[in-house]
Amino acid sequence: MAAEHAPNASEYIVHHLTHLNSLGHKQAALVDWSVFHLDTLFWSVSLGLVAVLILARAAAKATSGVPGRFQAAVEILVEMVESQSKSIVHGDRTFIAPVALTVFVWIFFMNAMDLLPLDLLPRLWGGVYAVAGHDPAHAYLRMVPTADLNATLGMSLGVLLLCIYYSIKIKGIGGWIHELFTAPFGSHPVLYPINFAMQMIEFVAKTVSHGMRLFGNMYAGELIFMLIALMGAAWAGTASGALLWVGGVVAGTIWAIFHILIITLQAFIFMMLTLVYIGQAHETH
Amino acid sequence: MNLNATLFAQLVVFLILAWFTMKFVWPPIMKALDERAGKIADGLAAADKAKADLAHAEKKASDELRKARESAAEFRSGAERQVAQLIEDARAEGVRIVNAAREAAEAEAGVASQRAKESLREHVAVLAVAGAERILRKEINAKAHAELLTQLKSEL
Repeated sequence: MAAEHAPNASEYIVHHLTHLNSLGHKQAALVDWSVFHLDTLFWSVSLGLVAVLILARAAAKATSGVPGRFQAAVEILVEMVESQSKSIVHGDRTFIAPVALTVFVWIFFMNAMDLLPLDLLPRLWGGVYAVAGHDPAHAYLRMVPTADLNATLGMSLGVLLLCIYYSIKIKGIGGWIHELFTAPFGSHPVLYPINFAMQMIEFVAKTVSHGMRLFGNMYAGELIFMLIALMGAAWAGTASGALLWVGGVVAGTIWAIFHILIITLQAFIFMMLTLVYIGQAHETH
Repeated sequence: MNLNATLFAQLVVFLILAWFTMKFVWPPIMKALDERAGKIADGLAAADKAKADLAHAEKKASDELRKARESAAEFRSGAERQVAQLIEDARAEGVRIVNAAREAAEAEAGVASQRAKESLREHVAVLAVAGAERILRKEINAKAHAELLTQLKSEL
């Protein structure tokens, strides 16, 4: 991918799907624990800070008197999370409800990065790269952290840890281990391994599907934005190209509007599943 | 789509953000919400109390009004009674005075007629004697017939 020729469709997509990582080039192995995705970390930490600082600002200025619009909006959000967590988790929610709120707002912000113009930040980053004397074709930047499996699995793993923590906290270490071997089929020595296997499958399935669901939605959404962008980019010169450009504008508009629903819905689903899984940890069989 | 250490970094960031929210975001907002709910509940209770107070005051006022009206009516009927009594008394007094005057007049008239009768009687006797003197001329002795005349006088 030299700078002098415009990338073809495949190169364009591959470029957009390549992370800025600590290696400087695409990670070769499927799993490599020595590598960091710098773009994912930067955007997720930045957006997380933005999210919690906005919330903290609302919290610091919160009065019990007549709320302003900003405070009322945050309060609506908090009350939504509070009522959901109350109906799902039966127990001490001093940490769980804030977790749900954090998850919802943070994921919403990260998902919303998908609505920024697809090439805006990568192009700016390319410019920075060029100024720094590097080849801008190697300036990789992915701006939607939730379209990175590491981010979503990292969060679902966090939820798994919370599930285990609350299982032990509620049932005791003995009670939890007892449950691992006796649920769901019952307490009988023959059933112990089957129960245990089922429990392990359940934990893995929950965690993987939790992370994969969000990742899959956002990754697919991002990919469709790229395809729409390619459609728009095909306008040069020909009449059919001009039609494709119009199609790109129309499709981009429709998909972006639909995506407003998706980013909110996926953030909400992730939050609800977080609550449901932690709520399950509170239930004794 | 590669797995790498970003995953664990994200996990740690997740827990830190959640902790931050628990520490600095959630409690003040919930406190404000609870306080406002309390204020609203207090306000509603105060409104209810004020409503009850108002109803009480209205009842009291209408009671007072009714009492005042009753006492005024009582007062008026008492006054009317008194006035009627006064009129009645005055009328009786008037009747009494009229009667007394009539009686006095009657009595006076009786005395006067008696006196007239007496003087008439005196005059009749004198006239009778004078008449008899004229008729009888010297034949009659006034002294001899005085007894007879006195008897005649008493028969009149």
